Amino acid sequence: MSRNGPLALIFHTVFVIVMVAPILVVCLVAFTPEGFLSLPTNGFSLRWFRTIANYPEFIHAFWVSLGLGALSSLVALLFAVPAALAIARYRFRGRDALAALFLSPLMIPHVVLGIAFLRFFTSAGLGGTFAALIVAHVIIVFPFALRLTLAAATGMDRTVEMAAVSLGAGGWTLFRRVTLPLILPGVISGWALAFIQSFDDLTMTVFLAAPGTETLPVRMFLYIQDNIDPLVTSVSACVIAITMTALILLDRIYGLDRVLAGKGDTGR
Amino acid sequence: MSMAAEERSLRAPWVLTVPALMLFVGVLLIPLAMTVMLSFHDWGQYKGIEPVFILKNWHEIATDPYYAEMFWRTFRIAILTTLLTAVLGAPEAYILNRMSGRWKSFFLLVILGPLLISVVARTLGWALLFGGNNGLVNKLLMSLGVMRSPIPFMFTETGMIIALAHVMMPFMVLSVWAALQRLDPQIENAAMSLGAGPATIIRRIIMPQILPGVLSGAIIVFSLSASAFATPAIIGGRRLKVAATLAYDEFLNTLNWPLGAAVATLLLVALVLIVVGSNALIERRYAEVFR
Amino acid sequence: MAYLELDRVAKQFGAQTVVDDFSLSVGKGEFISFLGPSGCGKTTTLQMIAGFLDPTRGAIRLEGKDLTAIHPAKRGLGIVFQSYALFPHMTAAENVAFGLEMRGVPRGERAKRVRAALAMVGLSGYEDRHPRRMSGGQQQRVALARALVIKPSVLLLDEPLSNLDAKLREEMQIELRQIQRTIGTTTILVTHDQNEAMSLSDRIVVMSQGRIEQIGTPQETYEKPASAFVSQFLGKTNDFAGTIDRTVAPTQLVAGSWRAPAPAGLGGAVTVSVRPERIGFGDTGLSAKIITRIFQGNHWLFQCDSECGPAIVIRQNDGKAQPAEGDAVRLTWRSEDMSVRARAGA
Repeated sequence: MSRNGPLALIFHTVFVIVMVAPILVVCLVAFTPEGFLSLPTNGFSLRWFRTIANYPEFIHAFWVSLGLGALSSLVALLFAVPAALAIARYRFRGRDALAALFLSPLMIPHVVLGIAFLRFFTSAGLGGTFAALIVAHVIIVFPFALRLTLAAATGMDRTVEMAAVSLGAGGWTLFRRVTLPLILPGVISGWALAFIQSFDDLTMTVFLAAPGTETLPVRMFLYIQDNIDPLVTSVSACVIAITMTALILLDRIYGLDRVLAGKGDTGR
Repeated sequence: MSMAAEERSLRAPWVLTVPALMLFVGVLLIPLAMTVMLSFHDWGQYKGIEPVFILKNWHEIATDPYYAEMFWRTFRIAILTTLLTAVLGAPEAYILNRMSGRWKSFFLLVILGPLLISVVARTLGWALLFGGNNGLVNKLLMSLGVMRSPIPFMFTETGMIIALAHVMMPFMVLSVWAALQRLDPQIENAAMSLGAGPATIIRRIIMPQILPGVLSGAIIVFSLSASAFATPAIIGGRRLKVAATLAYDEFLNTLNWPLGAAVATLLLVALVLIVVGSNALIERRYAEVFR
Repeated sequence: MAYLELDRVAKQFGAQTVVDDFSLSVGKGEFISFLGPSGCGKTTTLQMIAGFLDPTRGAIRLEGKDLTAIHPAKRGLGIVFQSYALFPHMTAAENVAFGLEMRGVPRGERAKRVRAALAMVGLSGYEDRHPRRMSGGQQQRVALARALVIKPSVLLLDEPLSNLDAKLREEMQIELRQIQRTIGTTTILVTHDQNEAMSLSDRIVVMSQGRIEQIGTPQETYEKPASAFVSQFLGKTNDFAGTIDRTVAPTQLVAGSWRAPAPAGLGGAVTVSVRPERIGFGDTGLSAKIITRIFQGNHWLFQCDSECGPAIVIRQNDGKAQPAEGDAVRLTWRSEDMSVRARAGA
């Protein structure tokens, strides 16, 4: 394959700088020793990271986000894995419509989902509860959980299962000993991607969260609406660091391009 | 133990999908239907929501030029953002694809990674970079001699479009990237052996083949930009409203839920029509490229 | 008494009939091949025996018991798949042990039998290897060991050697035959490779378009093909258009200038099939011209243009001089080396 010319490389460099700049600037400002927004020109300081400790609402919001992401992704998988197996293996009437329905939360604007859930849960008397947040997040992360599981199930060699059946495995044993291990990379990646989506969601959650159930993005957003100061940059820096760690892990387990594209096989 | 295979394959898919189907009907379709109904309800400052069927909210949206202007702004921003990501993202994906293995995966991580980083954090970065007249961007542009006096980015459509394009860029790169993966790696050499120069190769060989990727990326970017909330809310502030931020205000500040529901319903319907319509168009036009 | 019996088995997918009227009796310990081009229904038939598909009509019986009523997991058949279908997340030993585990064989005995099975296929010492880190041939052996360790009533092989290169395939053919002879398991092999079918099986079932064309020993199907399809599919063959001449006594079979006493029971237009290696160059017979001559080491291959159309002749390389390209020759063969059938459409 031919090489990129100098013009292409200049374009690429500028492109990457612009892509990274906003993220970098947040992380840099977080280390400022000053009491106001500024790039750390006179050395780095951790004072704004220590300040987070004085704002328990951020810490509480972090735990809410973490629990919400972990739980809703798990619940989404419990529904998505069987559905993915059905869609991957059977040609049945209504299959395409079902797949479209399950992926539809990707297409529906999150504002609309937020409004719909707000209306729904308020009428059900569950407005602002953690349970309502879980259910809402299950819906928005479901497509991600489904897509990666589906890719793994579709890429799986069906004769491996036939072999297991011919050797006497059936039902639950077949699933536990053969099917699940084979699609596991897809399932784990689906969980991770779903977690990140849940962890990052602002638009829908901002409608649903009440003071006790505010997630980290919601808390940050509300804080920024009042004023932007170095505190929110240090919180953002922490969020970025956590996401980056998850990202690198995900890349190692499964390959990031495959996770993001939601396609690929199980690597046979 | 003698259930026929055919019978099994008729029942199994339903047994497996019914839980998810019930979940979606119960907590997705019903709430959406309730929202559409809500848009026909009445609302008053003191009486709250009245469950009656009237067209008041829809009439207000249709006649008050404020809403027309706001929706036009929403779609203008979405279109310009889409153009910006296509013009910059497609060449970048192409350049990325020509890099050698290790650099390729490194830069792919750098460019696609932000997709998973909190939108709030990314937009905050732009707010810091724009930051009034002596923001970093203005300082840089002036020192490069691109312009004399600072231009405002915060609370402007320009700023919103730049920040949104940054947020959406990974989707475009990813979509074009996927199209490039389907390309025969020898195709450029084939064209070269027939006497085509680099410009001709890009124009005649590469462009037509990645165009479906650009278009499907454009659909994603457009629909996400038109319904974006965090970036317009932070960069646009309270002054520059788009559909999503307006609906938010109606719901959580003014508390006029029926009107907010009408705005949301209109946004949903408009987006679904645009996305489904352009998808059908692209698939018809490029059916042979897609499969 | 038939061990495995297929009785008028048919399979339809919608309006399409993939297998039709398939009847076969397999004796205990026999090695049977289903041979045919892709799409002839051989794999579908195998899948019906395995239980992954249900026959639309007909019965499959094992030792007189109806097999179709039994769930595939309970049939106790050993299957080797074309893709091997090894469990990628298990080691070779774990793969082989899986079937025993499903049968509740105690741990100690399991280990012993797994070791013996791997030794039988020549893989001692590979117990802890994962399939991904084994060669194609080794994976194939693991798959075979996994199928055999459960002492299957029938061993089903679905194109097991098609993913191996030519040399390895030949080695595995010999080994497969030896193993099968030793343990005496009734075996059904699905293949599209006539050499494989001929070198391995006791009997071959030649299939085309969902129907059985011929059932017979390798020699029978090669020497006495029951149809044009069989003669074409099993090796190269020459088909010459001939007629039975009843105006002379005794009646004669005429193909161009080649003549022989006519076989009984046929009249009018016939097709004369002769294998290329059974044709010799002589002083009388079919006149032909040699178009190309190809040297292939142990034999010569001649492509000729004869008065009855194109003909192929194979001659052993016995060191004697051979005709050159462009030479006019006469093609001749013994009556017992040809098969004569009524010509279709004439």
